[in-house]
Amino acid sequence: MPQIRWLWKPLVFLACLLPALHLTAGALNAVGLAHIGGVALGADPVKVMLHTCGRWTLNFVMITLCMTPLRDLTHWVGWLRFRRMLGLFAFFYVLLHLSVYLLLDQSGKLGALWQDIVKRPYITIGMLGLLLLIPLAVTSTNKAQRRLGRRWTRLHRLVYLIAILGVWHFWWQVKKDIREPLLYVCGLTLLLGYRLWKNRQTLARVSVARLAGTGAP
Amino acid sequence: MRKKSTDSAKILPSDITPYGRYLSRRTLLGGGLGLAVTQSIGGFGRTAFAQPAGALTYVRNAALSVSDAPNSYSDISTYNNYYEFGTDKSDPSENAQKFHTRPWNVTIGGEAEVTGNFSVEDILKPHPLEERIYRLRCVEAWSMVVPWVGFPLGDLLKRFKPTSKAKFVEFKTLYDPKQMPGQHTSVLEWPYVEGLRMDEAMHPLTLMAVGLYGKVLPNQNGAPLRLIVPWKYGFKGIKAIVSIKFTERAPRTTWAGAASNEYGFFANVNPDVDHPQWSQATERHIGSSAFGPRKPTLPFNGYAAQVASLYSGMDLRKFF
Repeated sequence: MPQIRWLWKPLVFLACLLPALHLTAGALNAVGLAHIGGVALGADPVKVMLHTCGRWTLNFVMITLCMTPLRDLTHWVGWLRFRRMLGLFAFFYVLLHLSVYLLLDQSGKLGALWQDIVKRPYITIGMLGLLLLIPLAVTSTNKAQRRLGRRWTRLHRLVYLIAILGVWHFWWQVKKDIREPLLYVCGLTLLLGYRLWKNRQTLARVSVARLAGTGAP
Repeated sequence: MRKKSTDSAKILPSDITPYGRYLSRRTLLGGGLGLAVTQSIGGFGRTAFAQPAGALTYVRNAALSVSDAPNSYSDISTYNNYYEFGTDKSDPSENAQKFHTRPWNVTIGGEAEVTGNFSVEDILKPHPLEERIYRLRCVEAWSMVVPWVGFPLGDLLKRFKPTSKAKFVEFKTLYDPKQMPGQHTSVLEWPYVEGLRMDEAMHPLTLMAVGLYGKVLPNQNGAPLRLIVPWKYGFKGIKAIVSIKFTERAPRTTWAGAASNEYGFFANVNPDVDHPQWSQATERHIGSSAFGPRKPTLPFNGYAAQVASLYSGMDLRKFF
């Protein structure tokens, strides 16, 4: 299906960039380098940038996790062809999230970042999630996929753990209003629950098949 | 969501008057006459905007003001923590526009000789207003500089002749979920409760604020009556006050009740005592320097010389 490669993928790619472009425009407005209408990051632009990048990291992890269920539901395998790009966008936004934190919020002080990682559990957890995303991003090429074979699939199951760490990080850092992180918890529960359910179905089918195979002498 | 674009698009004199000029004009007037000048903010904007609605008459209290440049009216009135109107910083300015601040009554109760129900007009009447430019440090590690208009809380409290049993003062915000949509949620316990020790309440820096930038306080900033305690974290500054009660024991305050390991009764600004989730050693100053480096947070928010003695002998790590 060439239209996936030449039409849908570029379109999705541009759409995925929109939040970053919006923040860039807002940041330029905030420092007075641009006057782009309709884009304002408010009184505390650093916080908006930080939180927006964090949210989009989680969004992209969740969207990536939606591709397999969507394939199963719609019986269209094309969904899986977007998975790598979406996963890499999660990585892109988490790098932006860390950069905003380190460079804009903490003025580039690595010592302050280290203090936070050691002292504040929600940052420890977030940082762990980010680090675990690195091997996934590095092995996202076709070549790495071929070379690693079955180990690739096993390695990339880390995304389930990463998703849990990400949502946990969000939950722990809100002050009191947990309604938004709760939405992510619900979404993630559905996505992971679906996989557990599917696994059990497959296992059941396999054991039925085995029984059927070995049942009659 | 109700969004009144006409209101938010209105250009305010304080938005167009550069702060340097705003301040220098005041210095000029004050210095030239050599005495405190009673003035309204209308005179400082361009003539087309002279005397906006809600202009207040007040005297500037330079002795109790900081010299830092104040944040813009728009920053101060659109970046608010006021959970009664929503938990996003922009929610209060969007949801509080139709809030009714008249008629308004304040109940005075507890350990005092004079108690009862008073109209806000009765509460305000005897008090000359003054402008004080104070630092504001939020517990979330951001800060602003705000030109409040108000009067010393102590002057108000004295009118009710608190008895010797009055050791604390408890304040309550209005409870009216019809007007305050955030009160439909259980994010916090409603109504919001705050409190001060009597000596803190009587301290000359403690302010009952009714105005901002020379005009009547915007609803999202706590109209018609809010507390300002500049050496404490912002959440002590309870808004839309309907009840003041003199008590013998420390009141159970909202945030301390919600998470006692995170928020204390005293809530004095203290760079040495971190919130469990973030450091209080530095703060990000809202406004022009938003992308600049964080500023070091000062003990008692820079008011240590005036207030540290209130806490002498106390372990501020324990009583945070």
